[in-house]
Amino acid sequence: MNNLAIKKEEYTATKNACKLCTPLGASLVFKGIRGAVPLLHGSQGCSTYIRRYLISHYKEPIDIACSNFAEETAIFGGGANLKIALENIRRQYDPELVGIATTCLSETIGDDVPMFIREYKDMCEGQELPPIVHISTPSYQGTHMQGFHGAVRALVEGVAEKREQDGRINLFPGMVSPADLRHLKEIMKDFGIPFTMLPDYSDTLDGPLWTEYQRIPPGGTPVEEIRAAGSALGSIEFGSVLAMEKESAGRSLFKKFAVPCHSMGLPIGVDETDRFFNTLSSVSGKPIPAKYQEERGRLLDSYVDGHKYVIEARAVVYGEEDLVASLVQFLKEIGVIPVLCASGGRSGHLQKIIAEMIPDDEQKNIRILENADFTDIESMAEELKADLIIGHSKGYTMSRRLNIPLIRIGFPVHDRVGGARIHHIGYRGTQELFDRIANTLIEARQNASSAGYTYM
Amino acid sequence: MANAALKEEIFELDGMDPEKVKEEMLSAYPTKVARKRAKQIIVNKVEGEDVPIIQSNVRTVPGLIGQRGCCYAGCKGVVLGPTRDIVNITHGPIGCGFYSWLTRRNQTDATTTPDGHNFMTYCFSTDMQDEQIIFGGEKKLKQAIQEAYDNFHPKAIAVFATCPVGLIGDDVHSVCKEMKEKLGINIFGFSCEGYKGVSQSAGHHIANNQIFKHVIGNDDTVKDGDYKLNLLGEYNIGGDAFEIERIFKKCGITQVASFSGNSTIDAFANAHTADLNLIMCHRSINYVAEMMEKKYGLPWIKVNFIGAEATAKSLRKIAAYFDDPKLTEKVEAVIAEELPEVKKACAEVLPRTKGKRAMLFVGGSRAHHYQELFNELGMETLSAGYEFGHRDDYEGRKVLPGIKVDADSRNIEELKVEADPEKFKPRKSPEELEKLRSCGLEFAGYEGMMPEMKNGSLVIDDISQHETDTIVEAFKPDLFCAGIKEKYSIQKHGIPLKQLHSYDYGGPYAGFKGAVNFYKEIDRMVNSKIWGYLKAPWQTNPELAATYAWD
Ligand code: SF4
Ligand code: SF4
Repeated sequence: MNNLAIKKEEYTATKNACKLCTPLGASLVFKGIRGAVPLLHGSQGCSTYIRRYLISHYKEPIDIACSNFAEETAIFGGGANLKIALENIRRQYDPELVGIATTCLSETIGDDVPMFIREYKDMCEGQELPPIVHISTPSYQGTHMQGFHGAVRALVEGVAEKREQDGRINLFPGMVSPADLRHLKEIMKDFGIPFTMLPDYSDTLDGPLWTEYQRIPPGGTPVEEIRAAGSALGSIEFGSVLAMEKESAGRSLFKKFAVPCHSMGLPIGVDETDRFFNTLSSVSGKPIPAKYQEERGRLLDSYVDGHKYVIEARAVVYGEEDLVASLVQFLKEIGVIPVLCASGGRSGHLQKIIAEMIPDDEQKNIRILENADFTDIESMAEELKADLIIGHSKGYTMSRRLNIPLIRIGFPVHDRVGGARIHHIGYRGTQELFDRIANTLIEARQNASSAGYTYM
Repeated sequence: MANAALKEEIFELDGMDPEKVKEEMLSAYPTKVARKRAKQIIVNKVEGEDVPIIQSNVRTVPGLIGQRGCCYAGCKGVVLGPTRDIVNITHGPIGCGFYSWLTRRNQTDATTTPDGHNFMTYCFSTDMQDEQIIFGGEKKLKQAIQEAYDNFHPKAIAVFATCPVGLIGDDVHSVCKEMKEKLGINIFGFSCEGYKGVSQSAGHHIANNQIFKHVIGNDDTVKDGDYKLNLLGEYNIGGDAFEIERIFKKCGITQVASFSGNSTIDAFANAHTADLNLIMCHRSINYVAEMMEKKYGLPWIKVNFIGAEATAKSLRKIAAYFDDPKLTEKVEAVIAEELPEVKKACAEVLPRTKGKRAMLFVGGSRAHHYQELFNELGMETLSAGYEFGHRDDYEGRKVLPGIKVDADSRNIEELKVEADPEKFKPRKSPEELEKLRSCGLEFAGYEGMMPEMKNGSLVIDDISQHETDTIVEAFKPDLFCAGIKEKYSIQKHGIPLKQLHSYDYGGPYAGFKGAVNFYKEIDRMVNSKIWGYLKAPWQTNPELAATYAWD
């Protein structure tokens, strides 16, 4: 159907994966709910690994509880363990919500978690319980993105209600950084629109020092606002791959409460950000604040000024499918050729989405890898003579071996500080990405030049 | 008299009654949980040979957020992870393998082996999908082994089972056996499903067993060199093993194998030709030492290279064992040469570190070993505990016969080991051993952590996040030592956390040079100016607040 090549060699094993496991995505979402405690149903290794992985990126406290399976739990089922865990979490943390995600272990043995939750609620009759939301997250069926989107959907399905319409807009931003989330909140406030943003880990995963002890880090989407999501004017949901999936939080709210859902890519680049602001304006009936018109103007000004440094540079892009799709859109806009677009995800949609973005005659220069690992990516990156690698820090070894500079974005960034503060979206986030790309290319040329330029 | 004895019963820890702090920790738990935890939170009280009993190596209560990882993590991540020339394949869904990919900062030096093999930067996984969960994953595993072989032609391949594998009934051992025959290289598997045992500790034991069964003793070549020994339980985090190797070399000591910092499979295979085993981390590797002693006759002694004094002491123990004046002289010369610089560095920071208070909650040996360095810095350890230690690590090996084996430990295989009819060779005669003992050299002994801690200090096994927050609030220590999972929650309180798993990108801290690094680092941490900025001026000074008022 087009010129885009798929995976070149089919290996059975995955070498140096370019994806993470499902409950990680779900845990991240639960960390973005105010007063929530994530609980993984399985053995403790998964929660420990996932905590450690999230913490070394966000550099914030991240508590994730576990139902601590032992050998006989694995044989006889985890009902009793789950109930003990719920009880202990309530005693220690007095949570406003408990988000349960399963692991491969409890999924393999087929634990009926909804039934355990019902039994626990019966046990606690007469007591006030926080909402307990459950999502099934076997990693042998997806990546962390299925866990992420699935948890957002489970939350609205479990908590949202129909109420009086209050002019609010629901925002489902997908797996973006705390800095991105903070920026989105600023935009909503400047527009003067009441909103429910789900999740919101901008404070919980990028917070200040505490002057006094906090049982659960402050911040996050209040449960009350998730309730109100059923009565919104409309939902905006980021993620072009998500838009092609059968189910999503936005679509679920539409089906259940007739809240219209507007799907779009992550607002990276002028086109996608324009689309976001236009949608916000048309759904809310409010004008786009002047501040953002100015940001847009500055971004375009920098495109004009910096164009010559980036045009026709060859980039390798990898990461979550939604992120890769939106980056491709942006790179195209600034004249960078995304010679390789790779993801460990395998929704089957990425290729089609990118094909639609890129005109036929340019497609011959572009390769797309789904279900890719870093062995695939590295061998192709070498062959394609890339100038630039854009993705998370797991690409560092490849960047070092191939001597191609790496621009760290997304998740995880484990070998730098400030992973939580990388800003990707909106005109301002795009501006930051653009400057980093241009400067990285300039620096590479500067380093390679015998003249030693110090002035442009 | 009676009164005086009574008075001594009331301990004070930093001006507080440790029992009260313990009560506070337990108050958030339901009765049953509190009762269980009460046995794992102990106010230390050592009287002569009497050490209080601390419950440990028992299951973590569901819902208590703890530090522990799983059996797989202990097996693949800790023990086998640092060996550079074995291709490790994780048989399971992607997460388990991904999360154990280069996250431990073990270093290795592949330039010292001719083939230059180093597969530590690779993360091989069968990345199980639905299909394998339903129909079994042995076929995919075989293909993965074949691919690993085709790609790298390694000397050995190891396969690690994760949770789902045991449940769907894949037999990793028979697959490994089949592929070993087919490919003609050493291929072996580990049934280290995460739900086994109660912590990483089960995984260490399983790793020890399989290395012992499949690797140690495969190569009988007796290599050149004097004073041959193996170093066990040293994982070369931040380059610790390099520093220890440097010191050995300087002393003329030959290290045959290391388990498993900076290690190779060939060295493992040859380890039984050494004459002494040294144990650093008793928890993770004492099994191998015990089994080697039975089968091959080389005894083991406990050493510790964390802390300059401890390093000197350990070197002297080695010299005493080999009982050769040439070595003793050399060792003394090396100590005399190295120590002055260490002492100087220590004296420089001492005025700033003296009297500061630390807490250590980490691993199965480091919470003990690092107290040495803090002692050298004049710092007091208020509280300490292991993440996955057993009673013998706390109270000393003398309690071993009395430890009840529960269901979780019984599930971990105990290998039956006998003296090898050909290869068993006692390294010392009974008389020689007796003589060494009488001179104070202890074989197969470990005193444990508690006898070396002050009475009144709090010893907490498998500490939970809630308990951590409580003691930190209560004592506001100057420094907390744990891992990445605890780091940022402790630092939110304004207290620096030193990672003793990964060293916060620092190290080495072992040996003489390591001690100097550590002194400097701790000085920087506990005396950082950052902590003074915690409160904004208008929060500490109400006068100023007025001038900052916004209205
Ligand atoms: S078992 Fe599944 S959930 Fe647990 S770490 Fe492995 S892949 Fe992730
Ligand atoms: S699935 Fe099992 S083996 Fe894998 S990380 Fe979780 S507990 Fe460990």
